[in-house]
Amino acid sequence: MATEDLIEVTVFCTYHQVEYAFITSLEEAGLVHLTFVNQQHFIPQNQLSQLEKMIRLHQELDINIAGIEAIANVLDRLEDLQRQNLNLRNKLRLYETF
Amino acid sequence: MAYIDYYQVLGLKKDATEKDIKSAYRKLARKFHPDLNPNDKEANKKFQEVNEANEVLSDADKRKKYDQYGENWQHADAYEAQQQQGGGRHHSGYSGGGDTGGGFNYENFGEGGDFSDYFQSMFGNMNGGGRGRKAKYRGQDFSSELHLNLLDVTEPQKQTLNVNGKNIRITIPAGVENGQTIKIAGHGGAGSNGGPTGDLLITFVIKDDAKFKRDGHNLHTTVNIDLYTAVLGGEVIAETLTGKVKVPVKAGTQNGAKVKLKGKGMPVYKKENEFGDLYLSYQIEIPTGLTDKQKELFKELQQSAN
Repeated sequence: MATEDLIEVTVFCTYHQVEYAFITSLEEAGLVHLTFVNQQHFIPQNQLSQLEKMIRLHQELDINIAGIEAIANVLDRLEDLQRQNLNLRNKLRLYETF
Repeated sequence: MAYIDYYQVLGLKKDATEKDIKSAYRKLARKFHPDLNPNDKEANKKFQEVNEANEVLSDADKRKKYDQYGENWQHADAYEAQQQQGGGRHHSGYSGGGDTGGGFNYENFGEGGDFSDYFQSMFGNMNGGGRGRKAKYRGQDFSSELHLNLLDVTEPQKQTLNVNGKNIRITIPAGVENGQTIKIAGHGGAGSNGGPTGDLLITFVIKDDAKFKRDGHNLHTTVNIDLYTAVLGGEVIAETLTGKVKVPVKAGTQNGAKVKLKGKGMPVYKKENEFGDLYLSYQIEIPTGLTDKQKELFKELQQSAN
């Protein structure tokens, strides 16, 4: 993986004003996967929006790691159901006039 | 603009304490927070209302003005100054929802300098008050719908959208689905206290096409064939997205029989040179207005079949 696709965890923590330990706790819970390059931890860019969402849940709604984990699982299922619902609705349109 | 009862928004009575307000706000924020309600416009709208209500009611000074002046509370200072100068001659101008020439504007709320203070007071104190930092707050996501025809999404589309007076050029990949939402990062509302800007979410609404019906990457259409071609076999001209094609028809084709034209369907989203299939559904036309001679021939056929 090219290093330009990675964001240094310390830089991310400074920007979002979160503790480094909070990010590592998220990693321990399997909610984020960090990459270790040149003795430093990095966040892959494709995980950034998910991670930022978790930070918002923590900072704005005061939700702890366990809560974030539960919410992330439920949201995954919700988004999957929304996708399924959309596909089924689009399929239904096929039979509406045929 | 209709009067908004902030107490009602938070489900509180007028005599609610500071603690009641904070507790009601946190409960509703957790319920309607946009991150917890993806693709739910109603929840997003409700979250904004709850934030606005909290901004006013959690600030003692604003709450006092709101209780006194109702929807025109933002003009309270101007009114009081006017009263001191003119002895209250213009009282009717602030009597609650009349023609005040610029009452409380719901849409513009939050654009003033007080908004970040509000977020600092709520979120900053919750998480970092002890450290004396200001909480960054991400800007609001903007949602928009883009209506397109089915044929519009058969190839990449360049569109210019106007978002809050700013033109944004976007390229819509071919094959987007009806109801699909794409995110344009950083084109939503501005963040507070240096927080990141929100995103622009565009949901595509693809109109039904008169000729083709879509099922994912595949398309379906009906082709009329005459009875003789269905019975004896032959050829039929079928329309596809890229033009007309000649399709062989097998002898003995039944009504409703389907034929697949591989690769003649919709382009697959973000996969270059990959296409779905086009399904032709044959509809056999039974001849009408037969001449006597033709009727005789059909009778002969009928007898030979029996």
